[in-house]
Amino acid sequence: MMGVMKVQNDLRMEFLSRSVNEALARSAVGQMAAQLDPSLEELGDIKTAVSEAVTNAVVHAYPDMLGTVYLRARILDIGTLEVTVRDRGIGIADVDEARAALFTTGGDERSGMGFTIMEGFMDTLRVRSAPGRGTTVVMRKRVTPRPVR
Amino acid sequence: MRVTWELRGSRLYVYLSGELDHHAAHQALKEMGSALDEHLPLHCVLDLSGLSFMDSSGIAVVLGTYRRLKAYGGELSVAGVPGQAARVLTMAGVDRIVPIAVAVKG
Repeated sequence: MMGVMKVQNDLRMEFLSRSVNEALARSAVGQMAAQLDPSLEELGDIKTAVSEAVTNAVVHAYPDMLGTVYLRARILDIGTLEVTVRDRGIGIADVDEARAALFTTGGDERSGMGFTIMEGFMDTLRVRSAPGRGTTVVMRKRVTPRPVR
Repeated sequence: MRVTWELRGSRLYVYLSGELDHHAAHQALKEMGSALDEHLPLHCVLDLSGLSFMDSSGIAVVLGTYRRLKAYGGELSVAGVPGQAARVLTMAGVDRIVPIAVAVKG
């Protein structure tokens, strides 16, 4: 963690790893991000990154079962949104391999671009994982201040 | 997520609308697959102008459709791509494989 930051807002949600909740998660974080007055593009980037992180938890963390996905979104005082998606699923043995573009274990319906998109659309991305212990993804994006109209 | 299509000459126009995410992708692929199998068009135009959201699931849908057409010599183009979906497709380099036309608005 960098320095001391004041937290302006803090949202926590947990839900079952059902794919129908992907929309719920990105909408909730989108609403939170809207408090920073992002551009349409920034808002789209944030919602897309959240969708990718939550989809990973739904598809990969709990492949043949339902588990809980923990979502946290915080607004930090530097105009930054921080999103944490955590699961207690099967974990990732090789995080670097999983983060590489086009790598997927998800079959024809997945593209293997999830982490690439999270990385490209957010300012920072950290992934912690251990087999059998779940995965935590933390992403941050600073929303560019816009002149008050 | 809604999938509709119409045949105009040898072109099949497929319209996707709503939110295309992992939850919706399975059904979308299935419906598009049956439309393609039924008509075997020489050219398919995938019109995304009705999408309000698309994540990397859309990449799999576009590339899956591209491969399906290519298998028998058909061609795919993607039209009316809204701004957010265009960023996803460009980030993945899909525009280097399939011709992509961005929506005028969006």
